[in-house]
Amino acid sequence: MNEQFYNVSANPHVRDKATTHSIMLDVIIALLPATFLGWWNFGWKAIINTIICVATCIIAEYAWQHFMHKKITIMDCSAALTGLLLAMNLPPEVPFFIPVIGGIFAIIVVKQIFGGLGQNFMNPALGARCFLLISYAGLMTNFSYKGFGGSFDATTGATPLAALKAGETVNLRAMFFGNTAGTIGETSALLLILGGLYLIARKIISWRIPVCYIGTLAVFVLLFGGHGFDVNYLAAHMFGGGLMLGAFFMATDYVTSPITPKGQIIFGIILGILTGLFRIFGGSSEGVSYAIIFSNLLVPLIERYTTPVAFGKGGKKE
Amino acid sequence: MGLLTFRGGLHPYDGKELSKDRPITEYLPKGEMVFPLSQHIGAPAVACVKKGDRVLVGQKIAEAGGFVSANIHSSVSGKVKKIEQRMTVSGNKVNCIIVENDGLYEQAEFTPVENPDRDAIINAVKEAGIVGLGGAGFPTHVKLTPKEPEKIDRIIINAAECEPYITADYRCMMEIPDQLISGLNLILALFPEAKGVIGIEDNKPEAIAKLTELCKTEDRIEVAALKTKYPQGAERSLIFAVTGRAINASMIPADAGCIVDNVATAIAIHEAVTLGKPLYERVVTVTGDAVVNPGNYKVKAGTNAAELAEAAGGFKVQPEKVISGGPMMGMALSTLDVPCGKTFSSLLCFTKDEVRACEPSNCIRCGRCIEVCPAGLMPTKLSEIADRGDFELFDQLDGCECVECGCCSYICPAKRRLTQSMKTGRREALALRRRKKA
Repeated sequence: MNEQFYNVSANPHVRDKATTHSIMLDVIIALLPATFLGWWNFGWKAIINTIICVATCIIAEYAWQHFMHKKITIMDCSAALTGLLLAMNLPPEVPFFIPVIGGIFAIIVVKQIFGGLGQNFMNPALGARCFLLISYAGLMTNFSYKGFGGSFDATTGATPLAALKAGETVNLRAMFFGNTAGTIGETSALLLILGGLYLIARKIISWRIPVCYIGTLAVFVLLFGGHGFDVNYLAAHMFGGGLMLGAFFMATDYVTSPITPKGQIIFGIILGILTGLFRIFGGSSEGVSYAIIFSNLLVPLIERYTTPVAFGKGGKKE
Repeated sequence: MGLLTFRGGLHPYDGKELSKDRPITEYLPKGEMVFPLSQHIGAPAVACVKKGDRVLVGQKIAEAGGFVSANIHSSVSGKVKKIEQRMTVSGNKVNCIIVENDGLYEQAEFTPVENPDRDAIINAVKEAGIVGLGGAGFPTHVKLTPKEPEKIDRIIINAAECEPYITADYRCMMEIPDQLISGLNLILALFPEAKGVIGIEDNKPEAIAKLTELCKTEDRIEVAALKTKYPQGAERSLIFAVTGRAINASMIPADAGCIVDNVATAIAIHEAVTLGKPLYERVVTVTGDAVVNPGNYKVKAGTNAAELAEAAGGFKVQPEKVISGGPMMGMALSTLDVPCGKTFSSLLCFTKDEVRACEPSNCIRCGRCIEVCPAGLMPTKLSEIADRGDFELFDQLDGCECVECGCCSYICPAKRRLTQSMKTGRREALALRRRKKA
C-alpha cells in the first residue's frame, strides 16, 4: 500500500492572497503621491527627514525584537508605514534628531511595549507626533521652509488653518493642490483623497470612517463655525490641516479603530465632533491628531456596544 | 428577479474548469471493498452479514442501528472477508465490513415502488440507506419526516455547489436533470402544501438554462439563480437566500418551513423509488493540480481512495495534500488508504499545501473575518477566547452559531487559523452545555 503520508490541517485548505505585508505595502503606495509632492515643495530636508523616520522605525523594531528574543517582523512593512506616516506629520525643516526620537517613541513606547503589531491602543505615528508636539512645541510648529524654489515661493510658514483662525483669507486652490505650508505629507487634499480612494477601491479600508469623519466635521463647522453657510470657510476646513491625511490614513488604522462596521460609523462621528471642537473652540488651529488619539482610547468601549448580532439570533431556541 | 444571496461570504478561486466539462464515467473497482458502518450522522449501522457470506450488488449488509442511522448496501458482488476496524476519511478507526470483489457485479433484485404514496416513499428512502450526500450525511428519511409536516412550504434542492473545484452535482444536472426533477417531485409528493425550489449559483448558467427549460411544465418547481458566493450552499445561507428566513444553530430547516436536499440526494431518492435501487454509488469529482486526468467518476461506495486516484490517471507530481471534499470545508487525509463512503463528494489533490506555506502572525484587526462571516460573528475575538479556553464566554457570545465554513481563515491576511480555533471552541462549548444539562 501507499505509505506516503500527506499534510493534514483543519479546513480551509486554501488561503486568500492578501497578507499583512501586501496590505501595508498598499497603504504605503497610496501615501507616496502626497509624500512626493511634499518632497518637491519642501526640499532636501523633507526628504532626509522622511528617510530618517522610516529607517529609525525599522531599526527600532528590529532592535527591540532582537533583544527581546522575539520573531523579527520588519518584513511585514508595518514599521516602515509607521515611519512614513510619522514623517508626513512632521514639519519639513525639523532638526534631524526629531524624527529619530519620534520613530523610537512610536515603535518602542507606543507599539512594542504593548505587544507589537495589533496590540497597540493608539496609532504609533500620531502618538509620537503628539509626544513631539508637547516636548518640542517650538520646533514642531515652525512650518517655515526653503524648498527647491519649485512650484511656489511663499516661505512664511503660516499654515492655512492658522491663517484662517487669525481671520485671514486663504487660497483654496493652493490648499486643494497642496502648495501651502504644513507638515510634509498633509498639504495636498487632492493627492490624499486619491490615495484614500485607491485604498477604498482595493478594499483595504472601508468608506465608513473617512466619510463619517469628514461629513460630521462639515456639519459641525456649518453649525458652530460662526460663519453660517460659507462655502469658502467650509472648504478651507476640509482641505486644511491634517484632515484628509487623518481621515483616510490615520483614523482608518486597523489596530486602533473599531473592528465592527457599526463601531466604525460611530468612531467617525466622534472624530468629526472632536476635531470640530478642538479646531473651533480650542487654542490650537489644528485638531485632527488629538482627536484621533483620544478616540483611539474609546475603541474598546465602542466595540463592546456594537458587537454584530449573530445570524438567526432571536429565532426559536431548543 | 434579482440574484438571491446572503450576508457575508467571499469568492475563492473556484477551479471548476479543471473538471466541469468531463462527463461522468463509471469506475469499476478491482480490489477489496471497505464499507464503514458509520457513513452518516447518528448511530452506526449493525452488520447483518458474517464472514464467508456471499453478497450481491445492492444487497443490504448492515442494518440501521437506530432511528437516526442508515442501512448500508454492498456495491459489488463477492465474499465477506472479515469485519474489522479500518481507518476512514475522518481519521478515526471505524468498524468496517470488508468484501472481496469478485468482479462479476452480480446484482440483487431491485423492486421499484409500485404505488408511491407517502409511506411507501419514506420506506423506500429508508431501505435504500439514503443520507445527505452534500457532505453531512444526515439520514434522509429522518429529514423527510418532520414533526409538523403541514408547516413545510418549501423543498429546496441545494444545487449551489459553492465549494471550489467540485463539479459532481453540476455534471448530474447536465447529464441526468430528469432524475433530479423526478426526485424532487417524489419529495413534493410527501408535502402537498410545498413548492419546490432548485437553487443554483449563477456561475453555472448552462445548468440554470437546462433546468429552467425542463421545469417549464412543472408548476410546483421553480429554478432560482443564486449569487455565486461561498458558502451559498451552506444550509442556513441557502434558506435565507431563497426564502428570506433566518434560522440559528439550535433550529433545523423545518423550523423555517423548509427541507433542504442536495442534488445527489434527490437523484438517490429517484433511484430508490422508481428503480428500487439502494444507495451504493455516487458521483465523485477527482481533481486538483496534482491529478493527471481530473474528472467526474461514478464511484462505488467502499472503493479505495488511492485506487480512485489511479483511475484518474494517477499523479503528475506527488501531492502535498489530499482532501476529501472541497478546499473550504473538506477533510485533509493523512493517507489515501481509506474507503470512499456515501458522503465522499470529491478527492482533491494539491501539489502545494497552502496552509503550511502560511505562518500565522499577529492579528492586525482588519475586520475581514467579521465582514465575511455568514453567521455574523467576530471570529478574531471568538478564536482568541477559544484559544484561551474560556468556553463559557465563547458560548455566551454565540460562538456555537459558527458553521465552520472556513471563510475567516481563508480571508485572514495574518494567516491566523481562526476556523480551527472556532471549531475547537464550538466542540468544547457544546460539550460544556451537555455537561451542564446532565
